[in-house]
Amino acid sequence: MSYLSEIYNGIKTLLTGMSVTGKYFLNSRKGAITQQYPDNRDTLKMFERFRGEVVMPHDEKNEHQCTGCQKCEIACPNGTIEIIWDRAIDEDTGKKKKKIDKHIYHLGMCTMCGLCIEACPTDAIKWAQNYENSVYDRTQLTRVLNKPGSKVKAGIED
Amino acid sequence: MNIPLSIANNIHNWLLNIMPAMAVGIIEMALIALAYLTLFAVLGLYLVLMERKVAAWFQLRIGPNRVGFHGLLQTMADALKLVSKELTGTVKADKFLYNLAPYFVIISSLMALAVFPFTKDLQAFDINIGIFFLIAISSVGVIGILLGGWSSNNKFALIGAMRSGVQTISYELSIGLSLLTMILITGSLQLSEIIEVQKNGWLIVQGHIPAIIAFMIYMIAGTAETNRAPFDMVEAESELGAGFHTEYSGMKFAYFFLAEFINMFIIAAIATTVFFGGWLSPFGITQSIPWLGVFWFLAKTFVLVFLMMWFRWTFPRLRVDQLLTLEWKYLLPINLVNIVIMAVIVWLNFTIQF
Repeated sequence: MSYLSEIYNGIKTLLTGMSVTGKYFLNSRKGAITQQYPDNRDTLKMFERFRGEVVMPHDEKNEHQCTGCQKCEIACPNGTIEIIWDRAIDEDTGKKKKKIDKHIYHLGMCTMCGLCIEACPTDAIKWAQNYENSVYDRTQLTRVLNKPGSKVKAGIED
Repeated sequence: MNIPLSIANNIHNWLLNIMPAMAVGIIEMALIALAYLTLFAVLGLYLVLMERKVAAWFQLRIGPNRVGFHGLLQTMADALKLVSKELTGTVKADKFLYNLAPYFVIISSLMALAVFPFTKDLQAFDINIGIFFLIAISSVGVIGILLGGWSSNNKFALIGAMRSGVQTISYELSIGLSLLTMILITGSLQLSEIIEVQKNGWLIVQGHIPAIIAFMIYMIAGTAETNRAPFDMVEAESELGAGFHTEYSGMKFAYFFLAEFINMFIIAAIATTVFFGGWLSPFGITQSIPWLGVFWFLAKTFVLVFLMMWFRWTFPRLRVDQLLTLEWKYLLPINLVNIVIMAVIVWLNFTIQF
């Protein structure tokens, strides 16, 4: 008797599978996930969790959130991040304080593992959704993330 | 009344005027063979395109859409590329058999096409053992596959060919027996006779339950016979490379590839003829226009081809032992019981006739 019930269950499960794929077939027009890349270059927007490159967001007063703690530099497994820092006298307190001069990021060495972003205590760096990273010269892949003349946002270090 | 037939008659008469009857016969055969060859080569190419498009839609992709309008010329371009490619081969291959193998495969599948009645008058060869001829011819193709695997002198190709041989020979049995079930109703092996019988209702309606069981067995066995997924033991990239045609390139590879798709068309065309009334229109709605039979025949065949593609993109692959278990422990016993049921139904006149 299990012979016949096996046949019955076999046919039933096969038809269930076919109904699932059949629904996908009928709805494929609406839900095609293929991007026709060079054609839709202007409208193509990458999804939220896509890892394009590491950027440091600046606000309108040209202030970033990087305190120069170098945790990202230590976290990076292949030396992609280099931080050149200095000590400067803070105007308010008169004490010497660490601040970044250049936050250098070598995109050519980056494996997009995201450990630097996880390590950052102040959320100073994050992923950009930029996907066109090919250049003719690899020196262009070395980027300075903090903009010239920028400084750390007040109240971040507390 | 029948325009294509009258054109054919005109050509026949004109040829008879200028040369002896025997030469006319040979020339006409050659012409028909040439026409079939061209038509079905193009059909095979478009089946490849259909496969790719259907696969894309099942996987929520778009599929080929660059060459020609909506990618309609894609496979033409592929075929041109394959023709222009160098024919490579291994040094230690058995050259004669190696070169012979693709022709076995492609010729056996093209020969099978000759007997199909596309419409009432459009049939190249109305042989009185039609179904028997089809089963016999479709068995010949496996020799080409075995030869290809054996003569390439490559262990992967040989294993692939042997697997294909096991599979095709086992499932041939189910195909034959499920068609035999339907022959019990028609009482004839001739394809035109089989369609005449179906004027009282398609055989899948006439034979009701056993016919549906026979149809399901036929489609499973037919998919296995053409070596398509989920029964594609022959091509296992991780184990065997491309299977029996690993060593083939260029046009010889294209012959194997084309034959696979033409075989799929043949399996669907046999099912159309035997189960779904061939060129007969549903409920006889276009009975007064006989040439529309071609349309109905092709429409039904392509629906069945689509069904086989649906199988391919739904079901997971089988292992070799599961493949043989399915055939020898399930399909074959069910089929034998089914023949007895069908015989009883035909004997007691329980068939549904309109």
